[in-house]
Amino acid sequence: MDIQTWTWILVGLTFSLYIGIAIWSKASSTGDFYVAGKGVHPIANGLATAADWMSAASFISMAGIISFSGYDGSVYLMGWTGGYVLLALLLAPYLRKFGKFTVPDFIGDRYYSNKARVVAVFCALIVSFTYVAGQMQGVGIVFSRFLEVNITTGVIIGMVIVLFYAVLGGMKGITYTQVAQYCVLIFAFMVPAIFISIQMTGNPIPQLGFGAAGSDGVYLLDKLDGLHRDLGFHEYTSGSKSKIDVFAITAALMLGTAGLPHVIVRFFTVKKVSDARKSAGWALLFIAVLYTTAPAIALFARTNLIETVSNQNYADMPEWFTKWETTGLINFNDKNGDGVIQYVADANKNELEVNRDIMVLANPEIANLPNWVIALVAAGGLAAALSTAAGLLLVISSSVSHDIIKKIINPNISDKGELLAARLSAVVGVCIAGYFGINPPGFVAAVVALAFGLAAASFFPAIVLGIFNKKMNRAGAVTGMVIGILLMLFYMLKFKFGVFDGGKSAVASLKSDWWFGISPEGFGVVAMIVNFIVSITISKFTTPPPIEVQQLVDNIRNPSGAGVATH
Amino acid sequence: MSEKSQKEYWNENLKYLAILLSIWFLVSFVFGILLVDQLNTIKIAGFKLGFWFAQQGAIYVFVILIFVYIQLMNKLDKKYNLDK
Repeated sequence: MDIQTWTWILVGLTFSLYIGIAIWSKASSTGDFYVAGKGVHPIANGLATAADWMSAASFISMAGIISFSGYDGSVYLMGWTGGYVLLALLLAPYLRKFGKFTVPDFIGDRYYSNKARVVAVFCALIVSFTYVAGQMQGVGIVFSRFLEVNITTGVIIGMVIVLFYAVLGGMKGITYTQVAQYCVLIFAFMVPAIFISIQMTGNPIPQLGFGAAGSDGVYLLDKLDGLHRDLGFHEYTSGSKSKIDVFAITAALMLGTAGLPHVIVRFFTVKKVSDARKSAGWALLFIAVLYTTAPAIALFARTNLIETVSNQNYADMPEWFTKWETTGLINFNDKNGDGVIQYVADANKNELEVNRDIMVLANPEIANLPNWVIALVAAGGLAAALSTAAGLLLVISSSVSHDIIKKIINPNISDKGELLAARLSAVVGVCIAGYFGINPPGFVAAVVALAFGLAAASFFPAIVLGIFNKKMNRAGAVTGMVIGILLMLFYMLKFKFGVFDGGKSAVASLKSDWWFGISPEGFGVVAMIVNFIVSITISKFTTPPPIEVQQLVDNIRNPSGAGVATH
Repeated sequence: MSEKSQKEYWNENLKYLAILLSIWFLVSFVFGILLVDQLNTIKIAGFKLGFWFAQQGAIYVFVILIFVYIQLMNKLDKKYNLDK
């Protein structure tokens, strides 16, 4: 069977599975809709969290980014896993004990202020919308590349599926579809990795093949370092970024991960505090399977690519090369007209441009794997994008129906009315996300990376101080959050978009002005430190929080008796 | 639960956090970033050690840290009778 048929079969099967689960797990109350009735088993929640977390970018782009940046790519590997240690140790158990539905709930109650709640809702919406647009775009890309439908049709199919199970099932439906999606995506990621690891090193475990030798007896990493040196690239195992920037970006990604509302809210769905800790452990274990495999794929793919194309005749290129050339993801420009591909670091002599997404999407073809494996990658990419999109949509809909409508505009709304509002806001959310998926604003990719900085600069200190500093009060936390996020926005506008210096073209020349040599992607950590300092200083000079709030803090520090969620 | 035992429970918790987070910092920021060049002079199989920590080792340690934390806290909860 050809790739197209296989892809339709696998995508059709997985989609029917998701819809079946949605019908089986329909939500009947707001408790079901927001937090799956708080009855999810910790391992199931770990699986769901892993799928929720691993987005289209983790699945499709991350291995490619590492492939092209070598050691510098480590910031994503450490940053997007290390955040779970912070989540498990500093946030998840306490937020579960607090026992409400959303992150703005915690901020609003802990800082006894609807203003704080509104600031938190605003931050949650910005972070979630930028992120979800990227997912829908990912769905469109997978559809258009594998099934040859146009991007718009692809995004609409994705929207309908997400709409169906997110609107019908809420968190309950999302949780169990995410469990299924994790299984699909990890299978789709591991099968090609294992095949290629065997091909290149004879070792079926990619994590070990990573450090093994090829058939010529040379360690793959040494060989690739050598190839890189010959072609003028920086060595694969050493970086080109400054140490302080690598440090700052890693920290910002970790702290941002721990502050992302769609991840935090997953820990509200388990029965008790000890389950919240356990599911963080399982989640990271399941995530680590993909995250420790990705750098191995990156190495295999990079070596394969260079060996296949470098200094070879263009006419001798295999079939996949021409196929991906027609999609524009590979670009060959024979500058010196010798018919041979020169792939080198020097931009004036380099003749080949390769899109990083190819490293995962075309990897099975490059390694000559069977058609069903290639089709599997499409189903996996869709699972990764849809699971993350659904989790984000839930945050968007609960921010609107619970935090704004129920808590601020109309506290008397009935449970049924709130559930309807939640469903309607999910529908609106899907439509907006779909719109951005079809007409992606150029800044999406840039902003997704910065969403972590924003989350680190705003939520992380407010939540951590809310738990670990009993005397932290409204004035301190709100000022800290506002200053943190404004500082981050300012830095981003100045150094990422060049707003104050004449637009995008000015960005490159501003690099030498970076504060402490830290890029906008890493600046979240600086804004976060400022947030901490401002919050603590102000709280020292203003009235301490009321006694009920201090009792609330004592209560969330005590793991026993986490009951059913209340409004 | 008395105020005193609540305080003791909390302090033990904070002690665990300090130890576990120091290890978290050590394997990622120190081994994977600050000392990466020094560690890269050591080679184990095909891996330079600093590079290995940055792309593999740190992640394994993170997973272990959380499971150790789960064990420690379950024991602590039991000791203070908070596991209900």
